[in-house]
Amino acid sequence: MLNFMLLILIYTGIYALMAMGQNVITGYVGLLSLTQAGFLAIGSYTTAILSVTYGWNFWLTIPVAGLLAAAFGVLIGLPTLRLKGDYLAIATLGFGEIVRNILNNWDSVTKGPMGIQKIPMVKVFGYQLSPYSKWGFLALVWVFVIVGYVLFDRLAKSRMGRALEAIREDEIAASSMGINTTKYKVWAFALGAFSAGVAGSLQAVFTLSVTPGSFTFMVSIMVLCMVVLGGMGNFKAVVLGAFLIQFISYFPQLVGLSNVIPPQFKQVLFGLILVVMMIWRPQGILGREIRGYKPSKEKGGKR
Amino acid sequence: MGSMVEFFQHLMNGLTLGGIYALIALGYTMVYGILKFINFAHGDVLMVGSYIGLFVYNFIRGEVLGAWSILAFFLSMLVGMVFSALLGMTIEKVAYKPLRKATRLAPLLSAIGISFILSNLAAWFWGTKSRKLEYPFDNSPLYIGEVSITPHQILILAVVVVMMVSLKLFVDKTRIGKAMRATSLDQDTAKLMGIRVDRVISITFAIGSALAATAGILIALEIKVYPSMGTMTGLKAFVAAVVGGIGSISGAMVGGILLGLLETFGVALLGIPYGLRDTIAFVVLIIILLLKPEGILGKAEKEKV
Amino acid sequence: MILLETKALTRTYGGVVAVSKVSFQAQEGLITGLIGPNGAGKTTLFNNMTGLDLPTAGKVYFKGKDITGHSAHKICRMGIARTFQNIRLFKELTVTENVMVGRHFKTGRNVNHGRTLTAVGSYLQMNREHQQVHAEAMRWLEFFGLEPFANELAKNLPYGHQRELEIARALATEPTLLFLDEPAAGMNPHETASLMATIRRIRDLGITVVLIEHDMKLVMNICDTISVLNYGENIANGTPSEIRGNPLVIEAYLGKEEE
Repeated sequence: MLNFMLLILIYTGIYALMAMGQNVITGYVGLLSLTQAGFLAIGSYTTAILSVTYGWNFWLTIPVAGLLAAAFGVLIGLPTLRLKGDYLAIATLGFGEIVRNILNNWDSVTKGPMGIQKIPMVKVFGYQLSPYSKWGFLALVWVFVIVGYVLFDRLAKSRMGRALEAIREDEIAASSMGINTTKYKVWAFALGAFSAGVAGSLQAVFTLSVTPGSFTFMVSIMVLCMVVLGGMGNFKAVVLGAFLIQFISYFPQLVGLSNVIPPQFKQVLFGLILVVMMIWRPQGILGREIRGYKPSKEKGGKR
Repeated sequence: MGSMVEFFQHLMNGLTLGGIYALIALGYTMVYGILKFINFAHGDVLMVGSYIGLFVYNFIRGEVLGAWSILAFFLSMLVGMVFSALLGMTIEKVAYKPLRKATRLAPLLSAIGISFILSNLAAWFWGTKSRKLEYPFDNSPLYIGEVSITPHQILILAVVVVMMVSLKLFVDKTRIGKAMRATSLDQDTAKLMGIRVDRVISITFAIGSALAATAGILIALEIKVYPSMGTMTGLKAFVAAVVGGIGSISGAMVGGILLGLLETFGVALLGIPYGLRDTIAFVVLIIILLLKPEGILGKAEKEKV
Repeated sequence: MILLETKALTRTYGGVVAVSKVSFQAQEGLITGLIGPNGAGKTTLFNNMTGLDLPTAGKVYFKGKDITGHSAHKICRMGIARTFQNIRLFKELTVTENVMVGRHFKTGRNVNHGRTLTAVGSYLQMNREHQQVHAEAMRWLEFFGLEPFANELAKNLPYGHQRELEIARALATEPTLLFLDEPAAGMNPHETASLMATIRRIRDLGITVVLIEHDMKLVMNICDTISVLNYGENIANGTPSEIRGNPLVIEAYLGKEEE
């Protein structure tokens, strides 16, 4: 039972990283991206291939994983983000499928549907983290989540965050205020991809194997649900959403009903969450953060 | 001479595939024309329609003999169409209509939710195994010169042509068709002119979904049916709609056929590995967005400032 | 001195000519009115001058430089700001934040997002910048007397204040030239009067103003010079009194008198 809760918390962390990235794209810029699974896959495979085939240290593969995912983000972002937001949804949906397609077919590098096994375990300060050392992993993953949270939260309160929100609210007005909207949209998209790439790295060294089957469209939908359920445009809410969705996801196993409840049940539930939230509570459980500024001159910058 | 035969062979296959894409693309383009949003659940409505058609067909097939089985096929197609039309209308009422005044993102997210619900319910109740429609009749190919064409391909092409022509006539000639065009041009003005916009939207969903079901049953005949088929099929058909010019009915037809041809010739002539066939549509999308984002027959739309 | 001018600017949509060979000028330091019946092409001309739309033919010059076809954000950065006919505020942001967005490109060099990613420890600098932007935003709110609404969401402001906020946001970009697209639309006479005073105050800051307006009382009162468009063509230019007496203008507004 405790072990199970730890597992849920570890996956909450991995998904929270992805969800924070999605929040920048969807919550801040108001764009629908459907491919966190694709970027997660790129991150996972980067770490897997670099460490298994080329013997790299995990810590070196992480930035490569993030940057490679971001590079692919820019690649799909540039042609689509100049245009209306809708096309991004389709392009990203296609991209996710194609990543899986390539992973399945490019046998010489990705080992096809069987995937890559025996990824070396991570060493932190000489201490080896096996998948059984759940406390250790929990700490590792949540260090990343906290660092990610601090950076994203800062970003949100910076001029870039304001620019992104302005684009979401009214792109034409934003561009008339001197904001290079395409540049910021591509940046946001790359950041979202980067954090999913890093999450992929972490997932690879936790599961010690990667297969194309673990990067389905459902992963992207779960991430989207986390953002929608918690509250778009609010990083704390998104982490809460990540926990709730992971909890729902593992609930049948947690209560020992996994034989009774079919696996599709939770997925139907995720779909329902999207529809129901949009209709009754589009702002999510916690809602958007509204940053009020004290009109008095005291310590102006804080909220 | 051999390559000439090959060429016509691929042309035939490409047209069949493209015709199916075109039928699906019509649904995307009609809804986009009126509501300016991508109905992500469209592919899944197609999936449900093809399952229903398949079940009805399996149910009555045992009762009929020989040439009558083609009637059984059309009957199951009709049932599939009606069911999908009702499903499409219901989805619109429940999941999209309350969101018409909401942000752009809301109906998109709701549509994705619906899509996910449908495909997983299907997997839950009908299993994930893929199925195929039993042939209504002997499918041994006929030969025109050396080019082979199967009776099913003829059937598919015939259905596609009939559907397209009737849709075109419907939209151009009937009162409801005119109301649909007016609504897509300017919803508010259409409302002022006494057009019942809600009803027009409902009918649009019904027609689009029925066309999707038709395509779904043709897919069941030629390829196969499985719960998650809607995602890729829908994605490609949407690309077809964008290529042709989103919002344009003729564009959807042109775009669908073009995409079918590109996929067939891409694999056959350009040597793109079959496993990566699905990437063709995606590459086509990126290219069209870079070069001519309004599509072949679409009009560049500019947001009013 | 001419601050901005168009030379034979034409914009057609398919077969429809929205703006036809218009050569418009805005003199530095003056308030220029752009008037004409509905559909005369005024907003289209605005959009072509501010980079939101591409002219079919013709040129736009700002401070003698050709800016035709520049993107909207570039044009804004050169010192041209604008408001919109149908108010386009950032509705879900607070009043202050709306104005802070206007400061965006004025604060670019100090804190860029690249640094935000790498340097975890520069909170202090960020706060300092934040305070500065905030203070500047507040200054513009005070200019319009909007500071009591500072923390309201923009969408919750009364209509007249929304129009003012849009102008405040535009002014925050420190423009040399300000375009106002029907600033008095939907205002009551009292609000219009205070708007007129505000526009004069803006001119007194040394900012050149070009405005589209249907309220003739406002136009005739505060504009130094007026250009008239009709069916996409520039039919008259002159001082308010010249325009008032121009038979072409009267005809455009009232229609030709039957003989």
